[in-house]
Amino acid sequence: MANIELDLPQLDVRDGVDRETIETVAAMGAYKYGWATDIEMDYAPKGLSEDIVRLISAKNGEPDWLLDWRLSAYRRWLGMEEPHWAMLTYPKIDYQDQYYYATPRSMAVKPKSLDEVDPKLLATYKKLGIPLKEQALLAGVEAPEGERRVAVDAVFDSVSVGTTFKAELAKAGVIFCSISEAVKEHPELVRKYLGSVVPPTDNFFATLNSAVFSDGSFVYIPPGTRCPMELSTYFRINAENTGQFERTLIICDRGAYVSYLEGCTAPKRDTHQLHAAVVELVILEDAEVKYSTVQNWYPGDEEGRGGIYNFVTKRADCREARAKVMWTQVETGSAITWKYPSCILRGDDSQGEFYSIAIANNAQQADTGTKMIHLGKRTKSRIVSKGISAGRAQNTYRGLVSMHPKATDSRNYTQCDSLLIGDQCGAHTVPYIEVKNTSSRVEHEATTSKVDEDQLFYCRSRGMSEEEAVALVVNGFCREVLQALPMEFAMEAQSLVAISLEGSVG
Amino acid sequence: MLEIKNLHVKLEEEDKQILKGVTLSIGAGEVHAIMGPNGSGKSTLSYVLSGRDGYTVTDGSATLDGADLLVMEPEVRAAQGLFLAFQYPVEIPGVGNMTFLRTALNAQRKTRGEPEISAGDFLKLVREKAKGLKIDADMLKRPVNVGFSGGEKKRNEILQMAMLEPKMCILDETDSGLDVDAMKLVSEGVNALRSAGRSFLVITHYQRLLDHIKPDVVHIMAAGRIIKTGGPELALEVENNGYADLLAEVL
Repeated sequence: MANIELDLPQLDVRDGVDRETIETVAAMGAYKYGWATDIEMDYAPKGLSEDIVRLISAKNGEPDWLLDWRLSAYRRWLGMEEPHWAMLTYPKIDYQDQYYYATPRSMAVKPKSLDEVDPKLLATYKKLGIPLKEQALLAGVEAPEGERRVAVDAVFDSVSVGTTFKAELAKAGVIFCSISEAVKEHPELVRKYLGSVVPPTDNFFATLNSAVFSDGSFVYIPPGTRCPMELSTYFRINAENTGQFERTLIICDRGAYVSYLEGCTAPKRDTHQLHAAVVELVILEDAEVKYSTVQNWYPGDEEGRGGIYNFVTKRADCREARAKVMWTQVETGSAITWKYPSCILRGDDSQGEFYSIAIANNAQQADTGTKMIHLGKRTKSRIVSKGISAGRAQNTYRGLVSMHPKATDSRNYTQCDSLLIGDQCGAHTVPYIEVKNTSSRVEHEATTSKVDEDQLFYCRSRGMSEEEAVALVVNGFCREVLQALPMEFAMEAQSLVAISLEGSVG
Repeated sequence: MLEIKNLHVKLEEEDKQILKGVTLSIGAGEVHAIMGPNGSGKSTLSYVLSGRDGYTVTDGSATLDGADLLVMEPEVRAAQGLFLAFQYPVEIPGVGNMTFLRTALNAQRKTRGEPEISAGDFLKLVREKAKGLKIDADMLKRPVNVGFSGGEKKRNEILQMAMLEPKMCILDETDSGLDVDAMKLVSEGVNALRSAGRSFLVITHYQRLLDHIKPDVVHIMAAGRIIKTGGPELALEVENNGYADLLAEVL
């Protein structure tokens, strides 16, 4: 048992949600996760070259096919240009001024059990302390009887530090491990599916990730299996000037089901840090995946100093008939967000859903949305996007709905609402709609509104402070999306909404 | 309880003087009614007292138990025990009625340095108060005022009042848009809250409401001033003769 004390936050799930939100606002300064853990790190030399790619591959003990895969991605990347079509303004990124691999020294040889993990590392998870009970699980503490359990994989800078509940999951036939481990233990699955949804040539950032991805999570749910608990990955960037390039691969076999949660935080740094992840979901016949993200990378300070540049490629392939995917994201962090979780609705009668809350405050910029690619017959998709802009932030919804000629009798419904707080921020909606058959239907509804003064006054006349009032009204605005999240995440997200909007009024 | 002296108020946007010297004193446990024609400044008075933006006090004062109301933020006034039942209650989509009530109640308690109410106690309290106003569980769950009928909205205002237990209640045309039954229900709700320590300022166009909520004092307001003060009989006089005679008297 690791030597770490845990005082778990008292969870009061049904009641007290809003009280928590408000307490959190009152109790917190700006960014809560802005501390750094002082852990001895092994870095690869700064910059990117074939040698670095080889080194990453060697550190992970990878087979030749994967090294070749990385190298071909790297060579391809050299000839690619960073895309600039998004409504984002940021200084040129120097890709040679980054570390591409950093690992806590104690992890150089992978610990066999959590006892061998650096206690400081475990203390880090304690500090993260959000109403997820993950740090306890990471430290190997069993959840009390009857409480809903979540299996966790934690990625600290470049490496996965521990996965919980592995044995129990294995009993159900579920594989949940780091991707580096999966490469060793389940090479046939990784080889078959890696890059099959987001090919290494996909786009500038995905190609970069393919070359240098360090670790990430791997999930396989066997046919007909309902994953017995929620799976969660917790990402933390700790080291300075280090890019984080994790790769997540989830395969949900025929008739299987899994709900997967992902959380992210990073320390406060004056410099920008690059994060370019790739998430691939493969969903086979009658299978269903729910993928929820609460993204709370460090957003930078009020003047826009520091913060994470978040360039992420997430895609689900509903490869066979009646496959279903639901993306839910709460994007509150990052200086720059460039992210479009997409659904390829290939199987007939497959379904894709995208629920999003994107909050940009101060100098944050977000360009986020989804792509719904309807290829199969009678495919259905639904998009609900809630964008909130405050301070001087710019928030763009960018979404593609594409009905291919063979996707007959398909349907899409898009609802895209923007809320403005103050008069210096911007909200933009950029829908792309392509319909190439005559039997499909696409609906798009969009609204833009300012936070209503009457609502704020009404709340304040009942005793709430202006910040409490804004948090309440905005949480109401986001309700549809918050409801799509699993309970613990919904609570965390509600508090985050409040915290992210701190200082946006008055 | 509430002391208003020579209150002069301008509407910021139009640079227009709305209140031109209102003086009013409401003692503990008293019920005062203000009647007056449209545009006399009744609603402005209620907004200025509760701290809405857009008004400038150019002269005069308003105190609640000796404390200067006009320098306080709206939420502080609320925590000090001032409550305004809105003429047009505001809709807040996505926010459950219960959530709203609990957030408001705890916010006030926090401002006053009191501990928060537990989930169990809150639930018990809200059920008990809702019952008298014929507010069912469904209405408590629905988003605040969204899709509520006129009567439901006003009953909901009274529920908030009952939960927050203010000492100074201002009712701004609470009778507008109510049918006879709803008015009776609302009035009963208000009467149940009358007590020696709680005062009311009832703003209304019609004497009708005052049949149900019996006032101690009736004021007639016109052109930004209180032009006449009397007992309940004054309301009847207005009901029978209209405001024209009274206005003529003053002018």
